[in-house]
Amino acid sequence: MMWFDQILQGVFLGGYYALLACGLSFMFGVLRIVNLAHGSIAVLAAYLVWSLAEQTHISPFIALAIALPIMAIAGWLLQRTILERSLRSGSLTPLLSTFGLAVVIDNSLFQKFGADTHSLDIGDLAYNSWNLTPDITIGQLALLTLVVAVALLGGLQLFLSRTPLGRAIRATAEDADTAELVGIDSRAVYAAAAAIAVATVGIAGTFLAMRATFDPYTGATQLIFAFEAVVIGGTGSLWGTLIGGIVLGVAQNIGSQINPQGFLIAGHAVFFIVLAARFFLAGRDPRTLFRALRRAPA
Amino acid sequence: MTGAITVRRWTTSSIVAMATLGVLLILLAFGPTFLGPSLTDRMTTLFIYIILAAMWNALAGYGGLVSVGQQAFFGLGAYAAIKLSHAGIEVYVALFLAPLLIGALSLPLSTFALRLRGGEFAIGMWVFAELMHLLVNLDGLVQGETGTSLIAINDFAVDARRDYNYWLALAVMTALVAAVFFLLRSRTGAAIQSIRDNEEAAASIGVKVMATKRLIFVLAATGCAAAGALTLSTLISFQPKTYFSVQWTAYMIFMTLVGGLGTFEGPIIGAIIFFIVETIFGGSGVWYLIGLGASALIFSLFFPRGIWGTLTDRFGIALMPVGYRLTFAKDSGTAEATTAA
Repeated sequence: MMWFDQILQGVFLGGYYALLACGLSFMFGVLRIVNLAHGSIAVLAAYLVWSLAEQTHISPFIALAIALPIMAIAGWLLQRTILERSLRSGSLTPLLSTFGLAVVIDNSLFQKFGADTHSLDIGDLAYNSWNLTPDITIGQLALLTLVVAVALLGGLQLFLSRTPLGRAIRATAEDADTAELVGIDSRAVYAAAAAIAVATVGIAGTFLAMRATFDPYTGATQLIFAFEAVVIGGTGSLWGTLIGGIVLGVAQNIGSQINPQGFLIAGHAVFFIVLAARFFLAGRDPRTLFRALRRAPA
Repeated sequence: MTGAITVRRWTTSSIVAMATLGVLLILLAFGPTFLGPSLTDRMTTLFIYIILAAMWNALAGYGGLVSVGQQAFFGLGAYAAIKLSHAGIEVYVALFLAPLLIGALSLPLSTFALRLRGGEFAIGMWVFAELMHLLVNLDGLVQGETGTSLIAINDFAVDARRDYNYWLALAVMTALVAAVFFLLRSRTGAAIQSIRDNEEAAASIGVKVMATKRLIFVLAATGCAAAGALTLSTLISFQPKTYFSVQWTAYMIFMTLVGGLGTFEGPIIGAIIFFIVETIFGGSGVWYLIGLGASALIFSLFFPRGIWGTLTDRFGIALMPVGYRLTFAKDSGTAEATTAA
């Protein structure tokens, strides 16, 4: 029963990872950029929402509603000032520039807010839970996080497949030059995609602030967790990201039962095991393996 | 314009530069006799920075592999030195053997790591570094973040130790930078530079991309491990958090980008600049780190060839000849064209 509870809590934790990874996955899918400042931007959003809520005494959810357009504009600016220029000078430059940006964001947050850890005050929501059985409880915040993650990933999927802008984004991601030929302004589409991606990071940052404490240097860990979720789930697939997040969360929770340090070790280990399995299976079509097996007796 | 073309490696400026460098190295070998204790210590640190910059440049500038996880080898190098020394091996022998051990370890790892592309490689290496950090923490000798010390080095008097550390760092730096130099001048060097310029095109004309990248990967791992072991020799204490910090990679990226990614001399200049900046602003804390990050960002966007790359592009100078120069004999005078070095 304890294991079932650990797995269940792991699934909810995975919901948070999926939420966190959403923007990273989306940006990689569309812009082909692995944004090394992703975690730092999430922490920046956490500070933004926390400051808004602390200073004006508004509900964290209203603070999030105010922060979202700010984050979207930040994403648009990020694309226009840094990413666009980086992409023009080769595939390695975005890694270098976004890493530099992460260092700037982390240390600027430290300069402004100091080393203290903070957490967003959400009242009872932080503790309230439902008892399934006497042993198994489901936290309201954990469930809310998972629901938001599913809604966000589903919403993005719908947006990409059903709306004109979604189509334009998919076309541009596929082949920007050809998209231009049919009248798509790829520059504007990229900027819109970056705005959407960073806005989702804003949501993730808010949930980070609600569910745990954060400090200026929390970003690196968040980037690694988000990246692990994306890779485990299969790069570029939004639903894969949800599964990747859940696998990561479950592995970490099971690991923590084995050793105090097992939480992180198990997460990293699963990441490498999935990668190794993918390399091993690469180029081996399961159908040909099956056919070879059938042919063998004859 | 008749087509007499002569191919040269050495120019007057590069001969002068190499000769000066030779004299400088001999002078540096006698460093401890005239530098004084604190400067000797600082110079040891500079040598370590040059190693780190040269290794990261070899990896990213020539191998096209941006890694955010080189602190893995830095930390493992120091850890291996602790373990070897603890096992009873003489401390300076341990410091020398540790990087070779980690270099050997990086060979099987390379098979796996080099299959990762671009950003996957960058963060994949970071995850590897995190995993190594956690596993080292599990070792009873290290006792988690409490850490341990290279106790055996206390057998040497403080002054003697300082000089030995200096000489070891100088020797390792010279050996590693020379290794990169001769590697780039060799047949493999041509392969390395062709991979840097265009991996697919290089593969299509028969360059063994994977084998060449593996060579660079192992060299960079060995070098970073050496830097870690050397840092341990100066700090003595081993706290995993300090050694496995991503900060080290941030320094490497800063030095390489500012000096000139993909140039031979650039990272050395970048390391000297970083050393000076650190000496002056290191005490100012967070603003200093913001400045480092901002410089890396600005150089990657606006001066992707760094200070040295920009200078060579403009003036065609090469102090350490790793490329070739083509001289076209003309009716009047000569014109020089320099191959990208």
